[in-house]
Amino acid sequence: MTLDRRNFIKLLGGASSLALAACAGTGGGLSGPTGGRRVVVVGGGYGGTIAAKYIRMMDSSIEVVLIERNDHFVSCPFSNLYIGGLMKDLSPLTIKYDKLTANHGVKVLQAEVTGVDAAKKVVMTSSGEVTYDRLVLSPGIDFRTEEIKGYDAKSTPETIPHAWKAGPQTILLRKQLEAMPDGGTVVLSIPLAPFRCPPGPYERTSMIAMFLKQHKPKSKIIVLDANPDIVSKKGLFLKGWKKHYQGIVDYRPAKKVTEVNVDKKTVTIEGIEDVKGDVINLIPPQRAGHIAVVAGLVGPDKNWCPVNPTTFESTIHKGIHVIGDACVAGAMPKSGYSANSEAKACATNIVNTMNGKELIDFSGINTCYSFISAKEAVEVTGVYSVDKAKNAIIAVPGSVGVSPDLSEIEAIYAESWLKNILTEMST
Amino acid sequence: MTMKWRGWALATGVLAISAMAQAAPPTAAMLSNACAGCHGTNGGSAGPSMPSLAGQSKEAIVDAMKKFKSGARPATVMGRLAKGFSDADFVAMGEYFSKQKLHPTTQSLDAAKIAKGASLQEANCGRCHIEDGKEGKDDTPAMASQWLPYLQIQMADYLSGKRKMPEKMEEKVKPMSKQDLDALLHFYASVK
Repeated sequence: MTLDRRNFIKLLGGASSLALAACAGTGGGLSGPTGGRRVVVVGGGYGGTIAAKYIRMMDSSIEVVLIERNDHFVSCPFSNLYIGGLMKDLSPLTIKYDKLTANHGVKVLQAEVTGVDAAKKVVMTSSGEVTYDRLVLSPGIDFRTEEIKGYDAKSTPETIPHAWKAGPQTILLRKQLEAMPDGGTVVLSIPLAPFRCPPGPYERTSMIAMFLKQHKPKSKIIVLDANPDIVSKKGLFLKGWKKHYQGIVDYRPAKKVTEVNVDKKTVTIEGIEDVKGDVINLIPPQRAGHIAVVAGLVGPDKNWCPVNPTTFESTIHKGIHVIGDACVAGAMPKSGYSANSEAKACATNIVNTMNGKELIDFSGINTCYSFISAKEAVEVTGVYSVDKAKNAIIAVPGSVGVSPDLSEIEAIYAESWLKNILTEMST
Repeated sequence: MTMKWRGWALATGVLAISAMAQAAPPTAAMLSNACAGCHGTNGGSAGPSMPSLAGQSKEAIVDAMKKFKSGARPATVMGRLAKGFSDADFVAMGEYFSKQKLHPTTQSLDAAKIAKGASLQEANCGRCHIEDGKEGKDDTPAMASQWLPYLQIQMADYLSGKRKMPEKMEEKVKPMSKQDLDALLHFYASVK
């Protein structure tokens, strides 16, 4: 299972002379010896792109191979705006990797990662084996679909989208909303926390309600929240729904969906109460991305990956770092901005470790915007650091808080947030 | 591949302690990199309502952060974020961003306004916004190549009184028309 020549050249983005030189140098491409200076990053999203780029920025003598199954990435942040009809297509949310290669020399391998051998320091992929000295996993989330009776991991989302990974699922949900007759019911099911993007389901509620108000005013959205209450920015969402979506949003707390019937278009709450929807957006409970589970990196909860709060190195397998939604990052929420901050700290400490220098304590930020209407947004922010006594990431007191009110200027800042963070990931 | 619980706990404890003992406090780069998600890599902003921090003086950054922290400067996220850092952190960030090259932007600007702004700035603003706004006297921020929407939002805050103008700036700005001020902002946005 060595990396074949065709894929290896593809990996180097057409720089074939460089590819041949590299081939000659290492003998076996990426499956050969690493020279002690290779970091492999798995996952080209909010965490992985930044880890790959920053390692190269900090030390260009370290070889970085970014492995991602797609040739592009679609951002989950702002995808609710597309669902609500505020964006024509997903292009403002889509990045490619070519400039990470051109500007920083990140080698991009488009392949599916199928396994990790932590002892041999090898990643198994659909294009062969890749050896590493340090591995960074930024695999995002996967779904605990086995906890929803009647849910088939492959076929159910084709009619009952989760749209919690942006791309075709996002488009499907919007198409279903557009096709729904006026007077129809949308059902949105929110899993128990922790899940990716704590305010995300409530922003989605707002954006779907906005769409219904404008295009299908006799329709409504029933929100079945498994949590006892709104998980994030509660006061602001309630205020926004009251201001804009009175009679459209029917929010029901402590309603855990345990079953789905695709043919009848119903979800069942705790086995007793059926709720029918013309469009059902069922967001299943979550765990770390599949590869983190396969690699044996999830902790006793079997869902998330415990890591050292300074290096983001797995506390289970040495030499493997886990960042972003998949890891347990203490007080930090599972957000794109958190992944960005975690990636930089992880990159710093990988470079320092490989160069025999001291480790640097984590300092990070989260900033997370949610749209309530076409022109109003709200945010939550915080600064995070390591509490040495607790050996965990904590919020710096006084730094965490939410917008005082719905705000048009915050919507303008939110758009620049997106522009900056996606530019940072792709250039 | 999974480890037994005891093995897991042991590994957790041992690895965590060894790493914690060695770690040094966050460096200027660690602190500043976290800002880059919103302000761009090395402080060069790609978002039109967010300022570039690259090329600002240490004094300008420290002054801005202190004012955000105290609430003297109006803010959305920055008021809260500033509370997460110490004065020493502000100095470290200020030194870091002051060492980054000024970030050139490409914006669609009005040539006539740029020309008008150029003639206005020399007589009115040039003593503090030196080198066509590429530098600033003391804690005066660099204005060159900032995004026009960012500059316009700030000027609106000044004119409404939300953000307090320094005395010398107030003397110059008060008599100017809105058209003059807009021309000045076009000029500064155009400087590379």
